[in-house]
Amino acid sequence: MTFINYASREINCKIVYYGPGLCGKTTNIQWIFEQANPERKGKLVSLATETDRTLFFDFLPLDMGTVKGFKVRFHLYTVPGQVFYDASRKLILRGCDGVIFVADSQTARMEANIESIANLATNLKENGFDIRTIPYVLQLNKRDMPTAAPVTEMEQLLRFRNEPMIEAVASRGIGVIDTLKATARQILMDLQRG
Amino acid sequence: MAKLDLVMFEEEYKQLQEIISRLQTDSSSKVVFLVDKNGQQIAAAGEVRSIDATSLASLTAGNVAATDGLAKLIGEKEFSLLFHEGEKDNLHISIVGKRGILVVIFDQNSSLALVRLRVKKASRELQEIFEHVEQRAQSQGGDNAKFESPFTEITDEDIDRLFGD
Repeated sequence: MTFINYASREINCKIVYYGPGLCGKTTNIQWIFEQANPERKGKLVSLATETDRTLFFDFLPLDMGTVKGFKVRFHLYTVPGQVFYDASRKLILRGCDGVIFVADSQTARMEANIESIANLATNLKENGFDIRTIPYVLQLNKRDMPTAAPVTEMEQLLRFRNEPMIEAVASRGIGVIDTLKATARQILMDLQRG
Repeated sequence: MAKLDLVMFEEEYKQLQEIISRLQTDSSSKVVFLVDKNGQQIAAAGEVRSIDATSLASLTAGNVAATDGLAKLIGEKEFSLLFHEGEKDNLHISIVGKRGILVVIFDQNSSLALVRLRVKKASRELQEIFEHVEQRAQSQGGDNAKFESPFTEITDEDIDRLFGD
């Protein structure tokens, strides 16, 4: 749910990073946080366990600049990937404008990727969204791993609506901004359609 | 379509701002924030600069959402009030209508009873405005002629520029 404030000429969009445990959702956001211009970024809030696993969510507000005289601000959220945090994941999807699915390229994690997409579809539906129509981008993360599955194979297993598919190594920032940009494009184009 | 954008016009925003400014003075509190259930700040009054408002809005919404989940687990519709007591400052969080959250931060210069009393009155006024905003959004759903989005002519170049390309 985009919040358009005509008084302060601001527009706020919520983007959620989704995916199985340890696929690199937090790494994506951390990289953006480290690279972003200090004037443009807010504080990175991480609600994590002592072992740095996401417990509830990470949150990063980003000022992107202006479009048509409106300040555009993105609120980036990650969900906890571990299976048993499903109730929390559902809450974080509330009112989101777009979803980035971060898939783990390692062959051994393919089943977890598939399960997580199915879980995303269910949780989106419970929040009144349709996974087939909401702005959505598929990121194939950890492309540098020796056990990474071929892109064509991942595409066959995980891509289901001709969504933008971006190869990434989030720990080195490869593909991170491209992924965010592809999502932003869909959200803003959606707004255009009204 | 589940996605109903929250569109706030100048006049409504001014009214909201007036109500929470009054609430801040009347309740002798330090800061009052009005945030939306999805974690976005709508308006603020008081010593706003002393607090990271964006993080506050997102954490409050997370807190309310988690408490909502707890309420449903035990068969309650919602817990409409949350209170956090600190050594110096206290947080009073209450739900306004379907999508608003009112956050009042106060210290020993006020009291829980006074805050509760003032919040009750302000909530009613805020709710009326929210209902108005919602009604307008619903009556205009699918009818873009009445409400022209500022993004009707957005181009790929506009989006590239946002990312500094």
